[in-house]
Amino acid sequence: MSELSATAAGAVEAALAAGAGAAEAYVSRDSGREVRVHGGEVESLTAATQSGVGVRAWIGHRAGYAYGTELSAAGVEAIAARAAEAAAVADEDEAAGPPRPAPIEALPGLSDPSFEFWSSGQAAELALAVERAALGFDPRVTGVEQVVYADAAQRVAIASSAGVAGEYESSDCFAYVQALAESGETRETGLGFGLARGPAGLDPEAIGSEGAERATAMIGATKPESRACPVVFDETVAASFAGLIGGALGANAVQRGRSPFAGRLGEELASSAFVLHDDGRDPAGSASAPFDAEGVPRRRTALIEGGRLRAYLYDTYTASREGGASTGNASRQGYRSQPSVSASNLIVAPGSLSFAELLATAGDGVFVTDVVGLHSGVNPVTGVFSVGASGRAIRGGELAEPLREFTIAGELTAMLGAVQEAGAEARWVPFGGSVSTPPLLVGEIAVSGS
Amino acid sequence: MSELLDAAVAERVLGRALANGGRFAEVFAERRRGLTMSIDESRLEAVQSGAEEGAGVRVVDGGTTYFAHVDGLDPADLERAADEAAAALRGERRQPQPLSAVASQPQPVAHRPEEVAAERKGDLLRELDQRARGQSEEIAQFTSSYGEARREVAIANSDGLLIGDDRTRTRIGAQAVARRGSTVETGAETLGAARGFELLEDDPALIAEQAARKALTLLDAGPAPSGSMPVVVGGGFGGVLFHEMTGHGLEADHIHKRASVYVDKLGQQVAQPLLNAFDDGRMPGEWGSDAIDDEGAPTQQTQVIEDGRLTSYLYDRLTAERDGVASTGNGRRESFRHLPIPRMTNTYIAPGEATPEAIIAGVQKGFYAVSFAGGQVDPATGDFVFGVSEGYLIEGGEVTRPCRGATLIGNCLDALMAIDAVGDDFFMKTGICGKGGQKAPVGTGQGHVRVGAMTVGGTER
Repeated sequence: MSELSATAAGAVEAALAAGAGAAEAYVSRDSGREVRVHGGEVESLTAATQSGVGVRAWIGHRAGYAYGTELSAAGVEAIAARAAEAAAVADEDEAAGPPRPAPIEALPGLSDPSFEFWSSGQAAELALAVERAALGFDPRVTGVEQVVYADAAQRVAIASSAGVAGEYESSDCFAYVQALAESGETRETGLGFGLARGPAGLDPEAIGSEGAERATAMIGATKPESRACPVVFDETVAASFAGLIGGALGANAVQRGRSPFAGRLGEELASSAFVLHDDGRDPAGSASAPFDAEGVPRRRTALIEGGRLRAYLYDTYTASREGGASTGNASRQGYRSQPSVSASNLIVAPGSLSFAELLATAGDGVFVTDVVGLHSGVNPVTGVFSVGASGRAIRGGELAEPLREFTIAGELTAMLGAVQEAGAEARWVPFGGSVSTPPLLVGEIAVSGS
Repeated sequence: MSELLDAAVAERVLGRALANGGRFAEVFAERRRGLTMSIDESRLEAVQSGAEEGAGVRVVDGGTTYFAHVDGLDPADLERAADEAAAALRGERRQPQPLSAVASQPQPVAHRPEEVAAERKGDLLRELDQRARGQSEEIAQFTSSYGEARREVAIANSDGLLIGDDRTRTRIGAQAVARRGSTVETGAETLGAARGFELLEDDPALIAEQAARKALTLLDAGPAPSGSMPVVVGGGFGGVLFHEMTGHGLEADHIHKRASVYVDKLGQQVAQPLLNAFDDGRMPGEWGSDAIDDEGAPTQQTQVIEDGRLTSYLYDRLTAERDGVASTGNGRRESFRHLPIPRMTNTYIAPGEATPEAIIAGVQKGFYAVSFAGGQVDPATGDFVFGVSEGYLIEGGEVTRPCRGATLIGNCLDALMAIDAVGDDFFMKTGICGKGGQKAPVGTGQGHVRVGAMTVGGTER
């Protein structure tokens, strides 16, 4: 047994000894680094290690949680005892209980060991190359707010008194730039990013150019007229909306009546052009793992297909409320948070149209490249949204002048019904969780500008 | 403090941090304890207790910061962090100044939350639940959360400073969902402070009632209007508008990168002469208050706008050094796992002379944004967006009907200049601000404020 698994097993024993009837421990160890560069110089270089344990304890049908960083035997005992104390405070909940073990299939391809051989100097060089690419793209790019490169390797172990036991490791890295373009009195920003399992998978030239292109494209932007019109979402915007939909399909929100999808299983609510899956085993998705945050195997689940709502996402607790099975969608933000339902990787299926064909089909409308205020502008219960946006006008089926300071408003399920076409090429986007999506053409959305 | 970071150990750690050179080194040690719980479906759940400790060591050399953080506060942990931070430097060893401890006055706590039985906190949430559900049969759901956190920090640096702070924060939040047929609306309210359990001794369940009333009010709401119009912003959390649209652009890191619309605007008129605004990390008991910032600089009151003129940016140590000024005590970090960056503390528009009634009476057709669900700004462009959680139509100088689903959008230079009335009904509210992947507790405040013209994005056709 590895050291991590042994710590997890020890924490489970300690919780049982402290009075818990059942217990689960999740132990993680991360090491990572981050480089920030600006103006051709390294601004900061961070080396980080962290490890901790999170313990769930059940006393009958009461659940409690405690976490901490002290992994000595005495430290783990204290954390386990606090978990049992927390359980004693909670109310009875018949659905609360530990997940049962299920066979776990290994999932190769989550780690790229190459980054261990990349020195900090090489990582810094990659970030500097991103900045050079942004500056070299267009003379109107006057600088960058920042270029960030980060990588991390993580090892996770889980154990429970019900017999769950598992361990895996994964690695991730990303780089992004926020490029600045100036023209006269106006200043515009543009984001470029890349994601991979290791630094060799990142293309600094592409990341820098993307940020520069997005920033310069916005120069001279004006407010559009208020109207309802066809809208094309780029991949980043489509991903943000897919993330909202994935969140609203979590069984916790559905069961508690806080989702626009509650009570609509099997209903035809989307257009057939919008197909959505949750896939916790796609090696390219950063949320992929052999098992979820409570040791249940990850899997692929069809959510919206053929226009119909096919399924919600479950963890063990929400599944138990309905007498069903978990879909392997428990997740957590490391050892500090207890598991809760959420999407793993959301996959929006590509369609058949090239980007130019999408624009041509839209005819006259708006190409939205950025949305802001999603956390404040969406009512998660009703799905009614009104968010800030920027992008380009579409005229005669082609991109035209840049647009800013407008809002797009509507309702999530109505928007799904209005999706007309999906682009042919999908991209992984780290917004709204981990999402792979093509650009989407939505038939009509309310745009408010001047 | 001495218990968290022993002076002799700290000196040794700083010495190792400067082993390969560097003009400045610092060790930031922290112990965090917290308890959270919530009530949902009238059931107490998600009882969670956390305990973490660790340290971050940084070395500054030229324009580069080398940073390493570790879990644990044993001397060996601190030394490991120092060695990792120093590993990439290639200069000559430097000697830190001997440490001398400086006292600080943490925000006073009358009633330590961790000494209050967990059952009492659970009972408090049950009381909130009953209060909210008692407002109306139309309250379909209610959730509420309780959170307490204590952060003990100690900071030692190569200039010889050794100082600490002991920070306790307590907060409750309430969210109600009202339902009438197929119409569903939500209302939320929070209460928080840099204080202990005494915060909750005077009718804490009032926020449950307020959240329920907001949700019930919205059941009668119509669609929000669209277009440019005068907007009256409510007191308290309305201050988040100023926080987002101006405060972030004054943080000196944005200025140095020319990623702010306030670059080169110091001393210029950015608002009407009736506007005065401050950042103040010393307001007693306020959510964004601490004795010192996370670099050991004392917190202070900084006037950022005086009679409409821009008077100061907000600095941490490194940005202040670069501008040749003193830190304004705004170097904050989420935890020992983060580098300090310039952040707001409690930011507010000082009270004006108009009454809220007079401010509203001056609007023929406009929008009244009482409270926001949140907001966001790109400091570089000044473009901002706010989601309105409670809004009304103003017609003929009177508030007429509630509106749902409104968003305010605009550019901060225009919007700030367009503020033409500031109310006398000042109060503060709490917020959680995100910047550079770090969260920080911040206070926002103001009385009623009127913006002459702003774009309201609604769904009314």
